[in-house]
Amino acid sequence: MSAQAATAGLAGEEEATPRGQGSDGPAPVRIVVAYGFWIFLLSDIIMFSALFATYAVLSGQTARGPSGHDLFELRHVGIETVCLLFSSYTCGLGVLAIERRRLTFFYVSFALTFALGATFLGLELSEFVGLVARGAGPSRSAFLSAFFSLVGLHGAHVTAGLLWLGFMVAQTAARGPRDFVRRRLLCFSLFWHALDIIWVALLTLVYLMGAR
Amino acid sequence: MMPAGEHRPPPHGRFQGCERALRLRILAAPAAACLVASCRQAGVLDPQGPVASAERLILFNATAIMLVVVLPVIALTLAFAWWYRASNRRAVYWPDWSYSGHIELVVWAIPAMVVILLAGVAWTGSHVLDPAHKLDANANPIRIEVVSLDWKWLFIYPDLEIATVNQLVVPTGVPVEFQLTSATVMNSFFVPQLGSQIYTMPGMTTRLNLLAERPGDYAGLSANFSGDGFSDMRFLVHVVPASDFSSWRERARSEGAVLNAAAYSQLARTAGTTQMQTYRSVDPNLFERIVQQNTAAEPTAAPPKED
Amino acid sequence: MLGKLNWHAIPFDQPIPMAAALLVVVTILAVLSLVTWKGWWPYLWREWLTSVDHKRIGVMYVLLALVLLLRGFMDAIMMRSQLAIAAGGAQGYLPPEHYDQIFSAHGTIMIFFMAMPFMVGLMNFVVPLQLGVRDVAFPVLNAISFWLTASGALLVNISLVVGEFARTGWLAYPPLSELQFSPGVGVDYYLWALQISGIGTLLAGINMVTTILKLRAPGMGYMRMPVFCWTALCSSMLIVAAFPVLTATFGMLLLDRYVGMHFFTNDGGGNFMMYINLIWIWGHPEVYILALPAFGIFSEVIATFSGKPLFGYRSMVLATLAICVLSFMVWLHHFFTMGAGADVNAVFGIASMIIAIPTGVKLFNWLFTLYRGRIRFEVPVLWAIGFMVTFAIGGMTGVLQAVPPADFVLHNSLFLVAHFHNVIIGSVVFGAMAGYYYWFPKAFGFTLERRLGVVSFWCWLIGFYLAFMPLYALGLLGMTRRMQHYADLSWQPYLIVAEVGAVIILCGIVATVAQLVVSIRTRESRRDLGGDPWNGRTLEWSTSSPPPAYNFAVLPQVDSLDAFWAMKQRGPRRAAARYESIEVPRNSANGFVTAFFAVVTGFAMIWHIWWLAILGLVCAVLTLLAFGWVERVEQEVSGEQLANDERVRLRPMDPA
Repeated sequence: MSAQAATAGLAGEEEATPRGQGSDGPAPVRIVVAYGFWIFLLSDIIMFSALFATYAVLSGQTARGPSGHDLFELRHVGIETVCLLFSSYTCGLGVLAIERRRLTFFYVSFALTFALGATFLGLELSEFVGLVARGAGPSRSAFLSAFFSLVGLHGAHVTAGLLWLGFMVAQTAARGPRDFVRRRLLCFSLFWHALDIIWVALLTLVYLMGAR
Repeated sequence: MMPAGEHRPPPHGRFQGCERALRLRILAAPAAACLVASCRQAGVLDPQGPVASAERLILFNATAIMLVVVLPVIALTLAFAWWYRASNRRAVYWPDWSYSGHIELVVWAIPAMVVILLAGVAWTGSHVLDPAHKLDANANPIRIEVVSLDWKWLFIYPDLEIATVNQLVVPTGVPVEFQLTSATVMNSFFVPQLGSQIYTMPGMTTRLNLLAERPGDYAGLSANFSGDGFSDMRFLVHVVPASDFSSWRERARSEGAVLNAAAYSQLARTAGTTQMQTYRSVDPNLFERIVQQNTAAEPTAAPPKED
Repeated sequence: MLGKLNWHAIPFDQPIPMAAALLVVVTILAVLSLVTWKGWWPYLWREWLTSVDHKRIGVMYVLLALVLLLRGFMDAIMMRSQLAIAAGGAQGYLPPEHYDQIFSAHGTIMIFFMAMPFMVGLMNFVVPLQLGVRDVAFPVLNAISFWLTASGALLVNISLVVGEFARTGWLAYPPLSELQFSPGVGVDYYLWALQISGIGTLLAGINMVTTILKLRAPGMGYMRMPVFCWTALCSSMLIVAAFPVLTATFGMLLLDRYVGMHFFTNDGGGNFMMYINLIWIWGHPEVYILALPAFGIFSEVIATFSGKPLFGYRSMVLATLAICVLSFMVWLHHFFTMGAGADVNAVFGIASMIIAIPTGVKLFNWLFTLYRGRIRFEVPVLWAIGFMVTFAIGGMTGVLQAVPPADFVLHNSLFLVAHFHNVIIGSVVFGAMAGYYYWFPKAFGFTLERRLGVVSFWCWLIGFYLAFMPLYALGLLGMTRRMQHYADLSWQPYLIVAEVGAVIILCGIVATVAQLVVSIRTRESRRDLGGDPWNGRTLEWSTSSPPPAYNFAVLPQVDSLDAFWAMKQRGPRRAAARYESIEVPRNSANGFVTAFFAVVTGFAMIWHIWWLAILGLVCAVLTLLAFGWVERVEQEVSGEQLANDERVRLRPMDPA
C-alpha cells in the first residue's frame, strides 16, 4: 500500500535489518506493511469469532428443521479441506519463489493456488445449492442462518482472495518482482494462510462436531 | 400513536392521602398512574416494600462510601487549581517533580479500598436481592403471570383464574411471585416504589419477587423502549388490605369478559393502550402458550430460560 | 427500477421533518454554491479532498465532528423542548413516530459521528507529530478511513430528507429492530450508515496501532512516548478488537432483515439476547475508545499548563493499559435486569467497579500534577478542571449503577441518561474542546480568541449541570428514558430546568462558532510564529505552526520523556542539520472516490435498488484495484530543496 512515505529516506527498505521496538527510529516499510496487515488479520479473526460464538449458541436451534447430523457430508467437506490446505502450501511456495526471483515457478504455484481455491469455492457453492434445494436454506432455522453466514463469510473471503490473487499475478507480470509487489504478495500469503486457520476451526466446530 | 384527545378515563382507584391528586384530575384528567405518581413522595426514594427499601439502603450506602473519596477529590482539585495559579507568587513551584512512591501507593490504595468495600456490598446485595429469590414472609405467596403486549400489560392470576389489563391488584404483606414474558418485543416491568425491575422477553420467562407493605396506589411502567406507544405503557399497582383483596377477587370473578383464545388475540392485536379491565376467567394455560407461541415450531428443544 | 424509493419517501406532509430537511438541503446547496462561486473547487480538491496528509485528514475529521455536533444538538434541543411541554395530558409538538427517530438519531450521531470523528481526528493530527515522524503508517488508507466515516454521516443525514431514521434507540435492540416490528427503511439507514463508517473506523484503528508501534522517532522507546500516544494506542487497540464484533452483529441483523434469516427473530429459533450481548461487547469498549484519548488530552494539557511533567507517568500508562483490558470484561452490566442470576451479576458488577481503580488513579495523578505547579489558566485548563470535577461525579454515579441491586431500580431511568451524559460530556466533549483549543494553533498557525473560549466553557459547564442534574432527580422519581410524553405534572419543573440548561449549552456552542469566526478574522494579530505558543513539552511543538507536509525535515532524536522540553532545557533550539532527501506521499483520490461508491451502495441497499447496489459495489472494488495498480504513491523531496524550504520556514522561529 503506501507506507513508504514516513520511512523512506531513512532506511533502504530491503537492506535494513528489522530493528525491534522502533526505538531506533521508524521501522522499514516491509515490516510496517506486514505488521499492519497482521493487525488487520487479527481484527478479521475477531469478526469470525463473533460468528463462531453465534453459531455455538444457535447450533441447536433447528426449529424442527434438519440438524447438522442430517445435512453434513464429511467426504465432500474432506475434499474441500484438502484443496484449501494444499492451496496454502502452493501459495507459500509461490512466495518463496518470488523472493528468489524465480518467476516461472511463481506463476505455476499461483496458478495451482488459484485452481485449488476455485475448486474449494465450487464445492462449497454446490453444497449450498444442494442444501437450499433440500429446503434447508438459510431462512429455515436459526441454526442454518448461523451455518450459512459463518461458512459463507469464509467463502466470501476466499472469493476476495481469488480476486486479489488474479490481480497480483497480473501486477507481477506487468511490473516484475519489485519491492512493492513482493510486499503485497507477502500480505496475500498471510491472508491466504489465515483463511486456512479459520477453515480448520470451522471444520472442527461446524462439520466434525456437527455431523455427530 | 394515541390521538391527543383520547385519554384513558379516570380509573376507580383510591388515592390515599393525596390531595393534590384530586386537584390534578380536575385539571388534566390524566390517567391513574399519573395521579398516583404525582403525590409528593414517589419513585425509588419512597419505597413501599422490603425489596425497594433494601435497594434504597444500598443506594445510600454506596453513595456515602464513594462520597468519602469523591468530595475531597473535588475540593482538592479546586483548591490546588486556585492556590497554584501562576499569579500566586506565594505558592511553591517544583518544576521537575513528577514522582513520589508514597503518593503512588496511596493513590492506588484509596480507590482499591473503596472498591473492595463496594464489592462486598455488590456481592451480598446481588444474592439477597436476586429477583428470582423468593421472599420470606408469613403469608402464602400469590402467583402472578405478566405479559407485555403492544403497548399494555396483561396480568394473569393463575390460581384465581382471573386476569387484568393495566392494573395490578395485590394484597398487603403477601409475597408476590411474578413470572414474566412478552408477546411482542422486549419491555421491562418496573414498579419504582416496590423495587427491582426485570425484562420481559418474548419466548422466555423471567422471575421476580416483590412484596408491598402498605396499601396504596403505585405507578408501574415499562422501563425499556418498545415502540411508538411506549410512553403510555403504564399500569397501576393497587395494593389493598387482605380483606379488600378477597372482595375485589369476588367482584372480579363476577364481572367482565372471559379471556379465551379469541379474546386474547383480539387484545394482542389491537396496538395502543387499552383502558384497565378485568377478565372474570382465564385459560389456565394461556401464559405458557404465550411463552411457547414464538417457539411453537420446536417444542422438543427447550426455549432459552432465564432464571 | 428504484426499489422502495418513491415520492412518498420525502415527508411533504409533515411540517417539522420537512423544515429540518429543507434546512439541511439549503445549507448544503449554499455551501456548494459558495465554493463554486468563489472558484475554490481546484483548491479544495488538491489540498483537502485528495489529501493524504495526516494533519489535513485530522482537521477534516474534527470539522466533520463539529458539523455533526450541531446536528446532534438540534435533536437534543428538540427533545428537551418536547419534554418541557408534554406533561399531563399534553402530547407536545413531536408525535412519537418522529420523537423516536430524534432520540435514536441523537444517540447515533453523537457517538458515531461526533465523538468518534473528534477523537480519531485529534489522534490523527497529533500522534505522528508527537512521535516525531512524517505521517501515519498508511496515508492513503487513512484518507479512505476518513471518507468512509464521512459517508456514514452523510447517509444518516440523507435519512432526514429521504425516508426516515430508525425508531429503535441508538443501539437498535431486536426484536424491535427486526423487520416484523420495524418494517420501514429507518433501521436500514442506521445499519448501513454504521457499517460503512464502522469499516472506516476499523481501518483507522489498524493504521494508528501500526503507526504507534512501528513508527517512532529515533530513541523514542515505549516509556518515552507522550501519554496521549499511549491513550491513542490503547484506544486504537480497542477499536481493532471491538469494531469487528459490531460489524458482525450488524451483519447478522442485516441478514435477518434482508434475507429472512433467524439470528435475532422471535421465531425460527432466533435469540435476540445474543444481539444484546454482542452489541455491548463492542459497546462497552467503545466508551473507553472515546474516553481514553480524552484522558490523554487532559494529561497533556494539565502537565503543559502546570509547567511540570505529568505526575506518575508509569502509573498513568499502567492505568491506561488496565482500563484497556478491563473494558472487555464488563459488558453484562448494561443488562443486569435480564435476569442472569446473582453470581453472574455480582461478578460483572465487581469487574465494572474494578475499572474505577485505574480511573481513580488517573484522577489523583492529575491532581498531583497540579500540585506545586504554576498553572496558567488558558482555556484548555478550564476544560480540564471542569472535567475533573464533573467526571468525579459521573464516575461515582457510574459505580453506583455497577452495584446490581442499585441498578435494578436505576436501569433505563433518566438517572442512567444523566450518568452517561455526565461522563461522556464531562470527559469526551470537554476533552475534545480542550484538545481543539490546545492544538488549533499547531494546525492553523494562529491561536483561538481567548475570551469567547472562556464564555464557551462556562456556558457548557453551567448548562451541563442545569441540564443533567435534574435528570438524576427525575430518575430517582421513577421517570424512565425515551418517553415522548408523561403524565406526572410534578416532573415538569425539572424538565423545564433541563431545557434551560440545554439552551445555555447552545450558547456555548454559538460562542465556539463565533470564536472560530472572530479568530479567523483577527488571525494576523494572533499568529503563532515560534511554533510553541503554550511552552509545550512534546515534539509537536518543536516544528513550525502549521507544520510542513513532512512534519520534520530531520527526525528529532529523543532521549527522554517530554522530549521537546528536554531540548529546550539543553539550550540552542536547533542544531545545523544535514538534509537528506525524503519522500512524501502524493495526493490520492482513492478515499474520496471509494467513499462515493460506498454511499451509492449503501443508499441503494437501503431502498432495495439492487442493480445500483451491485453497480456501486463493483465500482468501489474497481476503484481500489485501479489505485492499487499505480505503483508510485509518493514523491521525492530532494535534500537541497528541503534545505531551502526549511530556511524559509524556520526564519520566523529563529529567536535571533
